[in-house]
Amino acid sequence: MDFSNILAIITTEINRNKVSGGVPIFITESIKEMEEVSSLLARLTLGMVHDLGNGIKVIIRH
Amino acid sequence: MFEHGSLLLTGLLVGTLARAFMLKIDYRQFPSYPHSYAIHLTLGMIAALLGALAVPVLLEKEYIAITFLTIAAQQFRDVRSIERESLAEIEKTELIARGEAYIEGIAKLFEARNYLALLSSLITGLIYYYSSWYIAVLAGGITAFLLHYFMKGPVVGDIAKIEVVDITVKGNNIGIDDLIMMNIGEEEALRKWRTEGVGIRIIPVDENARATLANLGQRQAILHDLGILMGAKLDEGLQQYTPMARLDIDSSILNIIFIPLEPDRIFIKKAVERIPVLESSQHKPLKDKIGRKAAD
Repeated sequence: MDFSNILAIITTEINRNKVSGGVPIFITESIKEMEEVSSLLARLTLGMVHDLGNGIKVIIRH
Repeated sequence: MFEHGSLLLTGLLVGTLARAFMLKIDYRQFPSYPHSYAIHLTLGMIAALLGALAVPVLLEKEYIAITFLTIAAQQFRDVRSIERESLAEIEKTELIARGEAYIEGIAKLFEARNYLALLSSLITGLIYYYSSWYIAVLAGGITAFLLHYFMKGPVVGDIAKIEVVDITVKGNNIGIDDLIMMNIGEEEALRKWRTEGVGIRIIPVDENARATLANLGQRQAILHDLGILMGAKLDEGLQQYTPMARLDIDSSILNIIFIPLEPDRIFIKKAVERIPVLESSQHKPLKDKIGRKAAD
């Protein structure tokens, strides 16, 4: 298996201060929007959505 | 016909037929029909001819000519690397990869079958010389059958007990029982896993089986064959539906989750049972005194 790579981070406005760093970060307004944006990003980047359980989703290509 | 001509012909026929008998299309769809068939039948024919030729050569006391058998061996080694290369090349086009261990196993098998054709025709030739053609044909056939029979390796059903179970979904994590195998961040994907996902528990029967099932190549081979036999709902870019095989490190049970196209549990169990155990992934700790003592 090749190494896995975090491609993007998606979170909502409330959790904004939980994320930072050198990865593209997408701030959304609602859980619904977060869900849609993450699904779309995963399709576009051929990656997979993972949920960290604290309101943050990451796109990882395995 | 020239001297020993009928001996050569009989050996050639038996050897080629032996090779043809071992070439069969099964669910793995390899070799492909008709081109790979042509390649392997021709190579098998060459092997058979070389085997048959060894007999008159020895009878004429031309011992130096026996070195052409080493050329044959070289030729068959090439067969192995050709098969390996071509399978590795098409590996990128497989949704669920075969894995290197499986490819190596297939390549080795193709090399070995040429030797089997050679041995069958050699024995046919020898017996032809000392008795009659029909006994020779019979003996050659029996040799081919026996060699083929003893070359059959074990299948997963021989070394493990298989259970088809439900998968468990805990929040965003899916797995089997307490073992978490995948984290899924998409509602849609989670729903699909919850409604259509199937779990398989492969329980090794002894320490040998435990070591074999822990091999990554063996796991990949199981996933690949399972994907072909039962179908897997999967496409490029849909990593969230990738089948997974993970070992429960406490109990050594191999757990598999996948979304089958054919959710028929009885046949999923049967499919896993008949998947071959790869030669290169077999480990036998019980063959050693230390392994046996540690196992009790």
